[in-house]
Amino acid sequence: MAGRNSAHGLLVTSPDEDFADNLPGRHRTAKAWQIVLQASTVIGIVVLMALLLNIMDGAFGYAAVQNKVAPETLAVDGIALEDLPKEQLIEILQANVSAGLFRRFESEKPLAERSREEVYDLVVERVVEPEVVGTWPLFELLLHRADVLAEAAEAFPGAEVRFTSWINPQFAVSPQSANPEQAGVRTAILGSLWTIAITIGFAFPLGVGAAIYLEEYATDNRLNRIIQTNINNLAGVPSIIYGMLGLAVFVRLLGSLTSGQVFGLVDPTTANGRTILSAGLTLGLLILPLLIINAQEAIKAVPGSLRQASFGLGATRWQTIWHHVLPNAMPGILTGTILAMSRAIGETAPLVVVGASTFITVDPSGPFSKFTTLPIQIYQWTARPQDEFRNIAAAAILVLLALLLTLNATAVLLRNRYSRRRYS
Amino acid sequence: MTHSANPLSSNGKYAIEARDLSVYYSDFRAVKGVNLQIERQKISAIIGPSGCGKSTMLRAFNRMNELVPTAWAEGEVLFHGHNVYDPEVDPVQVRRLIGMVFQKPNPFPKSIYENVAWGARINGYKGSMDELVERSLRQAALWEEVKDKLDQSGYSLSGGQQQRLCIARTIAVRPEIILMDEPASALDPIATLKIEDLMRQLAEDYTIIVVTHNMQQAARVSDYTAFFNMDEDRAGYLVEHGPTNELFTKPKDPRTEDYITGRFG
Repeated sequence: MAGRNSAHGLLVTSPDEDFADNLPGRHRTAKAWQIVLQASTVIGIVVLMALLLNIMDGAFGYAAVQNKVAPETLAVDGIALEDLPKEQLIEILQANVSAGLFRRFESEKPLAERSREEVYDLVVERVVEPEVVGTWPLFELLLHRADVLAEAAEAFPGAEVRFTSWINPQFAVSPQSANPEQAGVRTAILGSLWTIAITIGFAFPLGVGAAIYLEEYATDNRLNRIIQTNINNLAGVPSIIYGMLGLAVFVRLLGSLTSGQVFGLVDPTTANGRTILSAGLTLGLLILPLLIINAQEAIKAVPGSLRQASFGLGATRWQTIWHHVLPNAMPGILTGTILAMSRAIGETAPLVVVGASTFITVDPSGPFSKFTTLPIQIYQWTARPQDEFRNIAAAAILVLLALLLTLNATAVLLRNRYSRRRYS
Repeated sequence: MTHSANPLSSNGKYAIEARDLSVYYSDFRAVKGVNLQIERQKISAIIGPSGCGKSTMLRAFNRMNELVPTAWAEGEVLFHGHNVYDPEVDPVQVRRLIGMVFQKPNPFPKSIYENVAWGARINGYKGSMDELVERSLRQAALWEEVKDKLDQSGYSLSGGQQQRLCIARTIAVRPEIILMDEPASALDPIATLKIEDLMRQLAEDYTIIVVTHNMQQAARVSDYTAFFNMDEDRAGYLVEHGPTNELFTKPKDPRTEDYITGRFG
């Protein structure tokens, strides 16, 4: 290996005094830099893996579950609770909950009309009342399984200790709840989707439009240079500032608009413009500079020869933009949009300022609903004192990552379809 | 084709004519005081040393210079008796009637068919598009090579074929004049000869103005030649203009003689 391609290797040349004999040194430098670059990549990956493992550690593990009423005692004629028909389950429910509560269930939806599964869930929730009394994270479990089991048996003699995945289908479709076992991220997922839809719907056309203007129409004058500089600087403004802007403009100033009063909607639960619309518009403002800058770069990358060819055939400026510049810039614009969307979906601080609700159990029904989003939900759960909330916070983080991956994958597919349709 | 109300339609003696034309980039004068008459349905070549403003001069004919934000022109370019720089003249219309072929082949990232059809379509062509595409490709001597793969990308063609595709695309919008900016300089010698043959054929229907730094090419292909040079402040100016064989055999100006005999440039 040593001296490959060098005067020290196979090629023996007559010495030339004007050139230093530095080839081994140059190869050493190259090798050293390669190691540095590899090391930075490895460090980055290790840190990301550690983060992911930390989340997994919380999202899976053992839970000691103690039932208020043992399910065995509810068995009728030797038939276990989970095998009982609906009618007997209703009887058990009636016998074990207060009459007032039973009436409330009836008025929400007559029990006779509910499916057996719904009634069974109600019995488990209200009669058996399983409660998580202790949790152990995944790695403690993997490393010291026997210790954990012994500790659990000692501390919670009556409890059933079992492996629990805090992230499960139930978690994804249940609404928020004060009880960590029943709490889910349904409202938060819907809130995030609504918010991001408004964000993109607001920021994408505006950002692309501004980028087209700045690249294709704006002349190089003082005013336009100031605008450009400001856009570049706005991309670096801390997101909490955008939250305050959103609070001042969308919540306070345009409150009647963002709460839907202007459209004749008076929803008493909507607190003064703290709606999905306000949140979406605030995040839209936040990602607007990113979108503009990315779209500008994509438009700049369209070769000038294409524009010239188009103009040379007697095309107007708009025909040139619409038929050549935009289709060729679109993959780049969509890449920028993916990045901006990822940023928006993970934003927490501006939404706290705008006034995200931390505890709502009803699904958002439209742009004028109160809202919560996944990051808000996670933030709020991690602040709770009970251990179980930290477990479901970890689970919610996994849901957020999955949502992010899904949205990004969709955008990437869209972009690839765009690239394939072109001939290049 | 009578457009009597059209400012571009009345006829003059020449296809196009520059009168005391100067072109500037900001305050730099790239071309100064050019008077040049272009004969109808002939090939006129513009030759000269690098940086003498040949391409700038060419682009001044159809206002393509205006795509450079700092460019502006002084003087007149008469086309059908009207100055194309007249504020009432629409540059979009000028560029359809005075088409352009560029140095580097620049087909659109679309199918071969679309490359030819697009310009006609956006200009509101109402006839049969298939016929127009075939006729244009035949005129550009490309039809036989691409007739079975019209839906393939324009980029799938070789460099010479791409350049002929660009010519087909230009003639599909029925220009009167075709400007060619060193159309063969990015091509190999065989592709270059094909382009030159094609230019001779096209000259039966169109007026062609070609910029070239290749004197042999100018001598082979053109009917008229204009020799440009530049002065000390790098502004290009017209030295001599005349029938190609006269300019190359009996140049009137000693600077032309120096250039064509290879003493500078």
